[in-house]
Amino acid sequence: MNPRRIVADFGVFSRGYLRNPFGLFFSLIFPLILIGIFGLIYTNGGSAKITVYAENLDHNSNASLEFLSALNSTGAVTVQVVDASSIGNFSQYLGQNGDPVGIVIPAGFAQSYGNQTPVNVTIYVNPQDAVSTGTTEAAVQGVANAFNLHAAGGQPFVGVRSSTLGSTIFGNIDFLIPGLIGFTIVTSPMFAMVEISSTYKKERLFRQLSLTPLTKGEWLLSKILFYVALTFVSAAMMIGFGTLVFHAHVTLNIAVLPFLFVGPLFFVSLGMLAGSVAKTPESAGVIGNIITFPMMFLSGTFFPVQSFNPPLQAFAHILPLFYVIDGMNQVLLFGNLGRAGDDLAIVLVGAVLLFIAAIIAFKWRDE
Amino acid sequence: MAEAIRVHGLVKRYGPLAAVDGVDFKVPMGQVFAFLGPNGAGKTTTVEILEGLRNRTAGEVSVLGLDPWSQGRQLHQQIGVIPQEFRFFEKTRPAEAIRYYGVLFGTHPDPAELLARVRLSDKADANFDTLSGGQKQKLGLALALVSEPKVLFLDEPTTGLDPSARRGIWDVIRNLRSEGRTVFLTTHYLEEAELLADQVAIIHHGKIIAEGTSSSIIAAHGRPERLRVEGPPSLAEYLRSHVGLPVTVDRGQIEVALRDKHDPIRVLTAIEESGIPWKDFGTVHDTLEDVFIQMVGEMDEGEVAAGRST
Ligand SMILES: Nc1ncnc2c1ncn2[C@@H]1O[C@H](COP(=O)(O)OP(=O)(O)O)[C@@H](O)[C@H]1O
Ligand SMILES: [Mg+2]
Repeated sequence: MNPRRIVADFGVFSRGYLRNPFGLFFSLIFPLILIGIFGLIYTNGGSAKITVYAENLDHNSNASLEFLSALNSTGAVTVQVVDASSIGNFSQYLGQNGDPVGIVIPAGFAQSYGNQTPVNVTIYVNPQDAVSTGTTEAAVQGVANAFNLHAAGGQPFVGVRSSTLGSTIFGNIDFLIPGLIGFTIVTSPMFAMVEISSTYKKERLFRQLSLTPLTKGEWLLSKILFYVALTFVSAAMMIGFGTLVFHAHVTLNIAVLPFLFVGPLFFVSLGMLAGSVAKTPESAGVIGNIITFPMMFLSGTFFPVQSFNPPLQAFAHILPLFYVIDGMNQVLLFGNLGRAGDDLAIVLVGAVLLFIAAIIAFKWRDE
Repeated sequence: MAEAIRVHGLVKRYGPLAAVDGVDFKVPMGQVFAFLGPNGAGKTTTVEILEGLRNRTAGEVSVLGLDPWSQGRQLHQQIGVIPQEFRFFEKTRPAEAIRYYGVLFGTHPDPAELLARVRLSDKADANFDTLSGGQKQKLGLALALVSEPKVLFLDEPTTGLDPSARRGIWDVIRNLRSEGRTVFLTTHYLEEAELLADQVAIIHHGKIIAEGTSSSIIAAHGRPERLRVEGPPSLAEYLRSHVGLPVTVDRGQIEVALRDKHDPIRVLTAIEESGIPWKDFGTVHDTLEDVFIQMVGEMDEGEVAAGRST
């Protein structure tokens, strides 16, 4: 191992890389575009409150107004009162407005409440929209319980205070940043190394290098260092873009750095190994895609693994990228360094084994 | 050490094909040795075995006293190699490539000086993929010189180049020789071998069919010197019956093979005595090209006659 030779090879390779606009676009700009696209999807859908249309048939009695105002102040839904006289049939009205959730306060609500005789409020839900339905049902039930308790003269004795891990409620955008850092850690080196291993063979560049004192190990290490550097730049850009533009929550911690080293070590070696065992450039591409594509989608890149069904979750746990992304989630979101350490150990062992296997598998010269 | 390269009984088989089929030769230090042969003769196979890029099936090979296959790393510090079609990283520039090789070999080449030596100064900062074929070969040559090698291997360095690019490479090869380096050159251009080489070996179907200096090969395998005159068939008939030497006719050119120094006078006298009109009289020698085409052609005709179809 001669560090000067590694540095010289790194210099030649990175300058060549920077002169190729396509490679730069794919590894640096493309992930930002993905953050932009997913960020817009998530901020429009995920965090917006549910609107509940309310028809008050109790002629704005105090009790009915109180009920709706209590529902609104749960924070789970936004109540929008519609003018009962102007809309005709309420369920038809909801249908014309894209089936939002609706609630009807019946006539005589205040009177029944005062007399303590049973009365029903009706909610209209769209069963296909399980989130709005569940949230509205729970919120309305909660307000009704409070009214019942109050009418019975009781005092609440169990309170609920809400609290989450850390101090933040994580949205999809937050998971997206470690996910997409993981995405580039796997895609940039895998696609590049599979391509390099077959074109260098075809163009006889490996034999050209074999005529110099450069060793296979030095050459591969230089590629790994390059993809580590690229990952650092790309991760910094994604964190900056995600936090500034989409207000993603990220706790910067140097404990994330080991993942940015070990991830590229793992996937540069894996890409080189895949390209080397393949007999032809075509089969190298196929092998590379078979390895890369499941990881690109099922390791927590775009969608959190916790949202998968159990068989898919089990499958995710055999994908190496899962441990890279999970480890970064633990560091950047949850501050759980213990579990991050376990993830790191798994990836590191795999990476070292793959590095050795790749050096054995790829040939400088014909046998 | 007097010999830079020694090869004895070298064989390389690909399945049933013997690409190199029992080859022997020696290249003394400081000489230009040309390995001449048509396409598919086994030139690249041989040269890559000498460079340690391919293993051999049988035989002994030593370059600068080293076994190229098992002692390749040591050998590569002392040899320079320009492959048949030199390729490099697409977006790397000649001056950068030279500095890179300088670090790899631990030498300190001056890119400007080296590029001037191979006449590539104007392209010092052009990406490799924008260079022409000849410019790529020149960069290959410059990189091969970074380690100041004692022996250089050039595999068809001028194939496909235009005449002026070819002359440029020839100049560089002459300079290498004058610097005392040994050059092993493969080519299928006869004139290249004739102009540059101290020693020539002609390889065909994996076997060496002639070896020596150009003139010794011509003397050994060429036809004798001939007297040539232009005239009608009746003149050829007259000479056949009057001078007692072999006479051939090809499109009005009559050639009489000469045996000793009195023959030209006898032939000329006979021509004059015949009274038949003639013109353009002169003598012809075989060039290496004539010998090569004749030998390679004869061998291939023999094969066709024997019913082989390679
Ligand atoms: N790797 C190989 N596998 C099979 N046959 C080969 C291989 N390399 C060369 N040959 C065959 O060996 C013969 C000599 O090839 P080569 O040495 O390249 O010839 P030249 O360089 O003189 O044109 C050819 O018939 C060629 O097809
Ligand atoms: Mg060849």
